[in-house]
Amino acid sequence: MHGGTVGGQTCSSSHRIWRALSKDYKRYKYVYLMLIPVIAYYILFHYWPMYGAQIAFRDFNIRKGIYRSAWVGFKHFRAYFSSYYFWRLIRNTLLINIYSVVFSFPAPIILALLINEVDFLPFKKAVQTVTYIPHFISIVVICGMLKDFLSLDGLINEVIALFGGTRTAFLMYPQYFRTVYIASGIWQSVGWGSILYLSALTGIDEQLYEAARIDGAGKWRQTIHVTLPGILPTVVIMLIMRLGRMMSVGSEKILLLYNTNTLETADVISTFVYRKGILETNYSYSSAVSLFNSVVNFIMLISVNRLSRSLTETSLW
Amino acid sequence: MSNSGNTIKRSTGERIFRLGNHTFLTFLMIISFYPMLYVLFASFSDPWEIMKHRGLLFWPKGYSLASYKEVFKNRSIWTGLLTTVINLIGGTSINILLTLLGAYGLSRKGFLFRNTIMLGITFTMFFSGGMIPTFLVVKNLGLYDNRWSMILPTALSAWNLIILRTAMLQVPDSLEESALLDGANDFVILFRIMAPLVGATIAVLVLYYGVDHWNQWYQSLLYIQTRSKYPLQMIMREILVTNSQEQAVTTTETGTEPIQTTIKYATIMVGTVPILCVYPFLQRYFIKGVMVGAVKG
Repeated sequence: MHGGTVGGQTCSSSHRIWRALSKDYKRYKYVYLMLIPVIAYYILFHYWPMYGAQIAFRDFNIRKGIYRSAWVGFKHFRAYFSSYYFWRLIRNTLLINIYSVVFSFPAPIILALLINEVDFLPFKKAVQTVTYIPHFISIVVICGMLKDFLSLDGLINEVIALFGGTRTAFLMYPQYFRTVYIASGIWQSVGWGSILYLSALTGIDEQLYEAARIDGAGKWRQTIHVTLPGILPTVVIMLIMRLGRMMSVGSEKILLLYNTNTLETADVISTFVYRKGILETNYSYSSAVSLFNSVVNFIMLISVNRLSRSLTETSLW
Repeated sequence: MSNSGNTIKRSTGERIFRLGNHTFLTFLMIISFYPMLYVLFASFSDPWEIMKHRGLLFWPKGYSLASYKEVFKNRSIWTGLLTTVINLIGGTSINILLTLLGAYGLSRKGFLFRNTIMLGITFTMFFSGGMIPTFLVVKNLGLYDNRWSMILPTALSAWNLIILRTAMLQVPDSLEESALLDGANDFVILFRIMAPLVGATIAVLVLYYGVDHWNQWYQSLLYIQTRSKYPLQMIMREILVTNSQEQAVTTTETGTEPIQTTIKYATIMVGTVPILCVYPFLQRYFIKGVMVGAVKG
């Protein structure tokens, strides 16, 4: 395919580049045509907003628009760092993430290990089918159900009362918010999250178990020495991706669940960005908050990835 | 049990573990599914009886369709459903078309700007301009309060693009080469040869995009102002979460208070049943998607 170019040495370098380009164009012109809408999409809805993020360094003025508003440097960042909300937002965002890494992250791994031990196939299938379902229920419905079930005469309080406990309006008190958020998150995603680990488990070579049994290892020792090392690469990859998001909590679920009573523990960076930006139309300040957050997240992802590459030789890239 | 001679005898510890494990998993199944069952039973119950009822529900209390009648009398539910169906069909078609074009282009080996474009797309998975800059772009494009704003800003998912690209990379090059020799151009190769070959993956992506459109509400919260353009989830948000007053007005005849609760349950069923109905048939495709996604792109 790669016919040697006649007299290639005499060609100037610009000539060679031109020839490579035209050859590329000739073969791939339709491919480029196909990619135009794709590239246009990314420029419009991803790179243009990145360029527009400069309003974090300007004082946004509706009449002047983004690119003519006055530069103010780090004014909005300074205002954010010194505001009363800064530490509260950082604390709430980090705590939800820490609880999520401690409780939500291992849950699907444990579930996968338990499902993997079931040898009665129909039961195994049933457990999988049923535990995947909550994943498909929309977040609006989940939060609607939570609001209803957690109210004083809701399902959860009925169960608590059944066992002789006292009814509590959970969503009205800040001290319960994180528990509700994390527990409902586990309820919704533990089954679906286990799929990935189950597929990793089926990939483990049966001969390893055979060898372990011959060496006299019981079920427990097989789990420790064969199963866990077998799924470790998957766990590490998932953990990197998880730790790379330590400074971000999605706003959707919290916006649906929180209220003025629970703001103290429920308000996170993304919900703050929403309120400041969309509700109070404080565009520059809100953008500064989210830009700071994006940069921190990006740096964290890169460092966790680098750390993992040197420690475990597993990394995203 | 027939070959009990071959099976290794379980130790007492293993038997206890097995029993405990099965009990736990059964319990987990109940917890996963009972809330939906409760909503189902309550939605078909008589509102007054539900109000008096204490404890769990194992069957509708005094069967009644009143709540569903109220839900379907609500015009917003119908306009919301219509908007959602339009978004679902139109949005998913655009999603799939763009994903096909992108995945095909970026799975061609050897053209000059492939890696640059790929890097540019991957970067957006880890870094974004943020909510407000994106909001301002949508506004600048004249999409604010426009139905397209529920479709175009999420016209393509980098993650799904990578899944489809991975599938296309596994198709042997010889097919493309022989088609080129036969005088086919890339469009013909993509839609006549490639698309059928990766049909199963496309099915998975249709499902993923489809579920996203059905459950979408946040984009509408940001970009849509006119209530008549709201999708179903936004209407449901009003009924379930923000407790709009509208319901109280429309239900004066049947008695306001008790039916409020059962209307919520009926609304949940209306919004969830379509997905729960297709789920059992498509489950294996959904799962396949996770597996494909696990193969790093």
